[in-house]
Amino acid sequence: MKIGVVVFPGSNCDHDCQHVFKDVLGQYVEMIWHKETLLAGLDAIVLPGGFSYGDYLRTGAIARFSPVMGAVKEFAKGGGMVLGICNGFQILLEAGLLPGAMLRNKSLHFICKDLSVKVENAATAFTGSCQSGQVLKIPIAHADGNYYTDPVTLAAMQANAQIVLRYCTPEGKVTPEVNPNGSLDNIAGIINAEGNVLGMMPHPERCAEAVLGNDDGKLIFLSMLESLKGKKKQLKMVGA
Amino acid sequence: MRVRESIHAALRRGVREELRGGTVKAKIHVTLKQGILDPQGKAIEHALDSLGFKNAGNVRVGKYMEVDVDEKDKVKAEAEVKAMCEKLLANTIVEEYRYELTA
Repeated sequence: MKIGVVVFPGSNCDHDCQHVFKDVLGQYVEMIWHKETLLAGLDAIVLPGGFSYGDYLRTGAIARFSPVMGAVKEFAKGGGMVLGICNGFQILLEAGLLPGAMLRNKSLHFICKDLSVKVENAATAFTGSCQSGQVLKIPIAHADGNYYTDPVTLAAMQANAQIVLRYCTPEGKVTPEVNPNGSLDNIAGIINAEGNVLGMMPHPERCAEAVLGNDDGKLIFLSMLESLKGKKKQLKMVGA
Repeated sequence: MRVRESIHAALRRGVREELRGGTVKAKIHVTLKQGILDPQGKAIEHALDSLGFKNAGNVRVGKYMEVDVDEKDKVKAEAEVKAMCEKLLANTIVEEYRYELTA
């Protein structure tokens, strides 16, 4: 598969994503500078973590107007698979590719640690290799991960199973105590209604190989590859 | 004589400004909407309370921005400032904005 990793000024997890797809999973990876306006021949796009444009104004607020974002939007509208991790998630929200907005963490702290997240929907293109309800240990590293959306949108997302990942105890219980940032409904990751754009605050690229002591994150990338392989078949199923 | 010179200077300046087309200064405030938790505001509120400012409450933290808009027509200038707020300066899902325009 051919994976595009977008590089904004201030991205800092771009090479981690490249490493996982290229060296761990043996895929072809193209690094895409944010000034690019054409994305041809890509199977999936990753918006990596980091601090694009220094997080000035709001996280992702300026990156969303980068030249490349027009092409990313087109790609997503055409059904292309887009994964936004951390700052990438924040950019997807600002760009309107996912509903809602990020607020400062409730504690006001930048939090960097391993957390348990529950796969609430294992029937997506990004979680297909997980078991439903499976608990993944994936680190977060952010100051603005306090997800917010209006009650109507939240209810619609809950009804559509668009809340894909939620912060939980290691046993898989979703409780307010394990919510690290004040995120609505313990949300750690959401998907769009069409099922081709996922945003998540935890960093799967930081735990995708055994040598790092944890390869839970690899499941997200494997799911993407599996889904891409079976894309035609899957599209038919969605159509039916 | 000196007075007359300065009048001439002022007139020249005036003409130049007329030709340049006058600038409007927008003073823009962006804050979190009421009802959305403002953790920074809360932290400041606690600090004020512990300093003995018992009357202080409902502290909201926001951003203040100044933008010079090179547009002589005030109505057009305001429309432009509003568009800036809607498109970039505020995220209207969680924030509200207000502005004042001065010459």
